Amino acid sequence: MTTTLTINGEQKSFEAPDDMPLLWVLRDLIGMTGTKFGCGIAQCGACTVHIDGKPVRSCMLPVGAVQGRAVTTIEGIGASSAGARVQKAWLDLEVVQCGYCQSGQIMAAAALLATTPNPDDSDIDAAMAGNICRCGTYIRIRAAIKQAASQRGS
Amino acid sequence: MTGTAKNSAGTAEGVSRRAVLTGSLAGGFLLAFHLPVRAVNEPVEPPDATEGKFAPNAFIRIDAAGKTTLVMPQVEMGQGIYTAVAMILAEELDADFSSIALEHAPANEKLYANPAFGIQATGGSTSVRAFWKPLRSAGASARAMLVQAAAKQWEVDPKSCTAASGEVMHAESGRKLSYGALAGAAGTETPPKDVALKDPKDFVLIGKPLKRFDTPDKVNGKTVYGIDAMLPDMKFATLSACPVFGGKVGTVDDSAARKIPGVRNIVVLDDLVAVVGDHMWAAKKGLDALVVSWNEGASAQISSKDIWDNLRAASAKDGVVAKSVGDIAKGLATGDKLEAAYELPFLAHATMEPLNCTVHVKPDSCEIWTGTQIMARVQSEAAKAAGLPADKVTVHNHLIGGGFGRRLEPDMVVAAVRIAKQVDGPVKVVWTREEDVQHDIYRPVYRDTIAATLSDGKIFGWKYRVAGASILARWLPPAFQKGIDIDAVDSAVDMPYDIPNFQVEYVRAEPPAVPTGFWRGVGPNNNVFAIECFMDELARKAGKDPIAFRREMLGKNPRLKAALDLAAEKSGWGQPLPARVGRGVCAQPSFASFIATVVEAEVDEQGEVHLRRVTTAVDTGIAVNPDTIVAQLEGGLIFGLTAALYGEITIEKGRVQQSNFHDYRMLRIDQAPKIEVHLIKSGEAPGGIGETGVTAGPPALRNAIYAATGVALRRLPIDRSLISAGKKA
Repeated sequence: MTTTLTINGEQKSFEAPDDMPLLWVLRDLIGMTGTKFGCGIAQCGACTVHIDGKPVRSCMLPVGAVQGRAVTTIEGIGASSAGARVQKAWLDLEVVQCGYCQSGQIMAAAALLATTPNPDDSDIDAAMAGNICRCGTYIRIRAAIKQAASQRGS
Repeated sequence: MTGTAKNSAGTAEGVSRRAVLTGSLAGGFLLAFHLPVRAVNEPVEPPDATEGKFAPNAFIRIDAAGKTTLVMPQVEMGQGIYTAVAMILAEELDADFSSIALEHAPANEKLYANPAFGIQATGGSTSVRAFWKPLRSAGASARAMLVQAAAKQWEVDPKSCTAASGEVMHAESGRKLSYGALAGAAGTETPPKDVALKDPKDFVLIGKPLKRFDTPDKVNGKTVYGIDAMLPDMKFATLSACPVFGGKVGTVDDSAARKIPGVRNIVVLDDLVAVVGDHMWAAKKGLDALVVSWNEGASAQISSKDIWDNLRAASAKDGVVAKSVGDIAKGLATGDKLEAAYELPFLAHATMEPLNCTVHVKPDSCEIWTGTQIMARVQSEAAKAAGLPADKVTVHNHLIGGGFGRRLEPDMVVAAVRIAKQVDGPVKVVWTREEDVQHDIYRPVYRDTIAATLSDGKIFGWKYRVAGASILARWLPPAFQKGIDIDAVDSAVDMPYDIPNFQVEYVRAEPPAVPTGFWRGVGPNNNVFAIECFMDELARKAGKDPIAFRREMLGKNPRLKAALDLAAEKSGWGQPLPARVGRGVCAQPSFASFIATVVEAEVDEQGEVHLRRVTTAVDTGIAVNPDTIVAQLEGGLIFGLTAALYGEITIEKGRVQQSNFHDYRMLRIDQAPKIEVHLIKSGEAPGGIGETGVTAGPPALRNAIYAATGVALRRLPIDRSLISAGKKA
């Protein structure tokens, strides 16, 4: 059936079965490959996107459940203040190694800063513990979130 | 940076790689083996004849507009090697670093073989070590040709010219020419026979913490990994191999699968089934709907217990002597004796980017899009699978979403080609995480036994036997000589401590059924763990502080001693700690780097381990990009600590029991300790770094637990039931 989503502010229509996870709609039908497949069971966070500003795991989210909602992906997160600050801090502190999980990390961090402008360590733990990084960039992720928070309003 | 590999031959010149084997790899196992390395100075492909282009060797191309393209012989999988390689080349080339473009090297074993292995491979923390001199020579030689071209044009002595930031200058006359303007003429210059390399004090790039080339596109979703390859009319497939190692497909009922919308094709091969669809979801639903009966074969009764029984029996026998110093019989007959055996489990790689490969098989050619650590081998294996000559197979390499050794194997490419032969048009084959975990090529199980004696508080005799699979015997047969796997005993023979009577043996013990391969940290993983755990047990028997005990025997290893002293100082070694909190140390001279690490950890009443702090001090020689070295240690430590805390693949009825991140756990941010990395300034040749944190973490953590609880764990992963409150040493 035809589904319509607003993705990064743009309306997109496509034919997809209702039970198809948003992850595969983004990647395989629309060709937006910035959102990553990691585990398929919401254990690793690589597929994190925002629905109406809230972080969700797109690998288990049926597209039929988000009909008409606003989706933000890594390709569009830089348009928000929190997203742009997170991306900049990620580069300033050279967080990234292989980078495969970082789309999800950045989406989770941007969502955290949007609701919790000055997160402490326990806020960061709670918001980011669902995102696995196999390269072990956690130390710099923590520091970069704090740096991004400190750049607010600048 | 381009996303696909392009051919970039160029008339190669003047860089001898043979000397590298004995030079910059000192401290690594490869020192012992002179593998056949083809010289880079043979013009193996037609030279790049583009007018006005300067292509002096396989690594450097400068066009008439001055655009400098550097071809990357080693693959980028997060370790920062593209930036490090570019820095080394550009340093000696005196290129304008701000305007450099990078390209993946194509499959070409002659031009891009890693001098450490003799094949085109990225692994073993060899990239900077093995390419340090060849790349510097390549850059310096190209620079000399550009200077000669300018001097000729100006009719001056080349010695009176200088170069910097992509320009040749003649100070006396105030003239200068850009590399672009000189490119055409430089191509006609004869390469110098012996080119002088810069004095390290003159480095302008090397040693600076420069920003990485690959990271900007990794924070906005633009980077195209292998799994992101998209082609017109592409299909998507996912597969299931027989869950039992070595098993075959019996019967397949695909009637339900064919009814799923979007399913296009069912591929049944002798050992696997795959479903091809319009997207991954259709393929996955189709696969779930297939009813397959498997002929499980001979391995269906194998379990972890059998594998460990076999390995323990094998390790009880004498091995092949890999190194012998002094008189081991005398050494073990004198003083207080202690013996221990250390056991390490199978491990999966679990790269964040699941296995994948996109293939387009045509009647007379084959094209492949993937991320691999072994370009040329992938090309040749794909050619075999496709039934084509290798030169009809084009491999497009990509930035890699985690390698850790998994992509030193071509199995996923071979499977994808076999599937793609049944598909009209391009097909992207993606492994589910479950399939990725259950059909890995695993870090082998190891059993390391050490017997040692103490005399006057020092080690007098040390007999160390390593038992485990030989990966090299399969992966690089020329390196497997006289029954010794030089990787499996790498850090065992490279013993840092002064021990008068010393012997290392190797027992090759291949586990039944389970395929084994390289895993980040390679051989030193088992050696450093066994040595450094045992050092703590010996220190306790000698009644000495673990660091003091080690220090006294590092007389011939001042670099490691200095690292140990720095780690002790920075970690607050010796300062009081609360109950059930301990500090543990690991000292290792692995991958030609010298690293000392202190882990501080708490063991709670239930036996759960909380990582508090890690302090590491490293002398890795000249630090090409210091920030990358710090990052590699931070990440490597997390990788190793993850394995120590959680990592184990177990086998039951011939199958892997774990399947995804819920039962093959990873360390997460809320468990990550503070990590401090202290770099020691050094003028020595660069060492390897990407795997050193991995080997450092587990023994340092185990020794912290030993200090906190008195329990000497001898097996990984850490068994909480042995260290909960009330358990006695």
